Amino acid sequence: MLKNIRNDFPLLSSTNRAKPLVYLDSAATTQKPRQVIDAVSSFYESNNANVHRGIYQLSEQATKSYENVRKSVADFIGTADPRSIIFTSGTTESINLVAYAWGRKNLKPRDEILITEMEHHSNIVPWQLTTRETGANLRYIPILKNGTLDLSDPEKYFTKKTKLVSIIHQSNVFGTINPVKQIIDYAKSVGAITIVDAAQSVPHANINVEELGCDFLAFSGHKMLAPTGIGVLYGKTKILEEMIPFLGGGEMISSVSMESATWNEIPYKFEAGTPKIAQVIGLGAAIEYLNKIGMDDVQKHGQDLLKYALISLSNIPELTIYGDSTNRGAVISFNVDNVHPHDLAQFLDQDGIAVRAGHHCAQPIMTKLGLSSTTRASFYLYNTKKEIDALCESIVKTKNIFSI
Amino acid sequence: MDDFRDLYQQVILDHNQNPRHFHSMDNATHEADGHNPLCGDQIKVYLFVEDNLIKDISFEGSGCAISKASSSLMTTTLIGKTTDEATKLFEEYQTLITTGKGDTKTLGKLAVMSGVHKFPARVKCAILSWHTLKNALNNKNETAITE
Ligand SMILES: Cc1ncc(COP(=O)(O)O)c(C=O)c1O
Repeated sequence: MLKNIRNDFPLLSSTNRAKPLVYLDSAATTQKPRQVIDAVSSFYESNNANVHRGIYQLSEQATKSYENVRKSVADFIGTADPRSIIFTSGTTESINLVAYAWGRKNLKPRDEILITEMEHHSNIVPWQLTTRETGANLRYIPILKNGTLDLSDPEKYFTKKTKLVSIIHQSNVFGTINPVKQIIDYAKSVGAITIVDAAQSVPHANINVEELGCDFLAFSGHKMLAPTGIGVLYGKTKILEEMIPFLGGGEMISSVSMESATWNEIPYKFEAGTPKIAQVIGLGAAIEYLNKIGMDDVQKHGQDLLKYALISLSNIPELTIYGDSTNRGAVISFNVDNVHPHDLAQFLDQDGIAVRAGHHCAQPIMTKLGLSSTTRASFYLYNTKKEIDALCESIVKTKNIFSI
Repeated sequence: MDDFRDLYQQVILDHNQNPRHFHSMDNATHEADGHNPLCGDQIKVYLFVEDNLIKDISFEGSGCAISKASSSLMTTTLIGKTTDEATKLFEEYQTLITTGKGDTKTLGKLAVMSGVHKFPARVKCAILSWHTLKNALNNKNETAITE
């Protein structure tokens, strides 16, 4: 277990409905350590300037800090080339960027985009929009009742028509960690481009893009201790170079005439306008914080909590846990007999416990499993076993109120 | 804590557990579906109306305690009322759950729902059945959606 880190998180010592806060919704967004908060405020206090254009020391410094974060992001996900790192506003924008700047240019009628039934809406809707524009078709790798993908018949889904495969690495509903390496290999064997939605995996484990072999990888800073409004798109430089721009404006051009413009080199071609400078600085501090602890220990802590929670929750007979993948992350979706998830979440809230209730932005998977909503508890490096005990206690209390 | 007790009053828990008029209706003159995609709540409201009088009303579906209790209370309140009275009550009820204010005499049993206004995220749960009712009365075929 990780020790002495809770004090780094100012919000964790606050209260929720006058009870000590038990924050179990890190899959939605994580709390921020003092180090990240300080990095952002100290940037505004002593280093704030626009980047890439000022001929003065302050701007040069800001540019340097900003570009250093690009290097540490590259390092963090195991790539040597910082030009493959594009700063976006989050996973959603990262996926939309590929859908627009790669998809619209390269997909033709009857080409196939392959995703899975497990996706977050942010890896479904951009492709639905792309199919409308290009005439390509959207196909889904099905999910089994136990919350894992059905990969029993790969030839059925990976065909000559498959041009792009975009998959969720770790499910935000069931915690299932998908065999992305295997899926990427299938995709490569038919010559398809691959995208990994790593919003739930990069915060929790060592992810190495070179080992995975994916063409793109998307994640969000706010789910890994960094501020909101900052995310990353990793892309292989060769592919990025061939892509059309996403947004047009300043920064992304090399020259502009009245009639036309030429594009800046990557990654700047995809970073139109004044970038999210302070958020990038915050992301840099978050990565530094995670590196100091070590991602192996972060992962181990998550797995320890997950095992403990799975055992504790299974001890409540009226409680059903959804998904039983052996390879899973620190997220648990469940329901309690005769208590609607919204009521349960409201009762837990009364005991200071923050969980999520609803469809978790993944309606297709819920429909497939015949669920209208679930309660979801998710854990991160600052959570403790004591908090899981509090969760179980509060669930039992609520269950008793509803069964009188 | 008191706000919370107001929200989950015994009456509400009771209506959740033992919803009144909780069944379909074969001879309904009006019916409509309601759906709250965010929580997955799903409801169907049936009415038997004669000479503008609500002679019978029932509902089916699944939802949280707040939505189920509000549907159940709605059915017990509206039996024997005219459709005009139902429309007026809808407005009165809407004010109650968004502001906590209202005339307890007109609202009757519905007054127990006043605690909802302290929990803005739950207003949509408390109003779904009433939007569905309105659609049923107006013979609208579209599904009422609250989010
Ligand atoms: C698996 C997954 N993908 C994508 C997203 C979208 O991330 P963001 O809202 O930060 O763009 C989320 C966030 O909930 C997620 O869990």
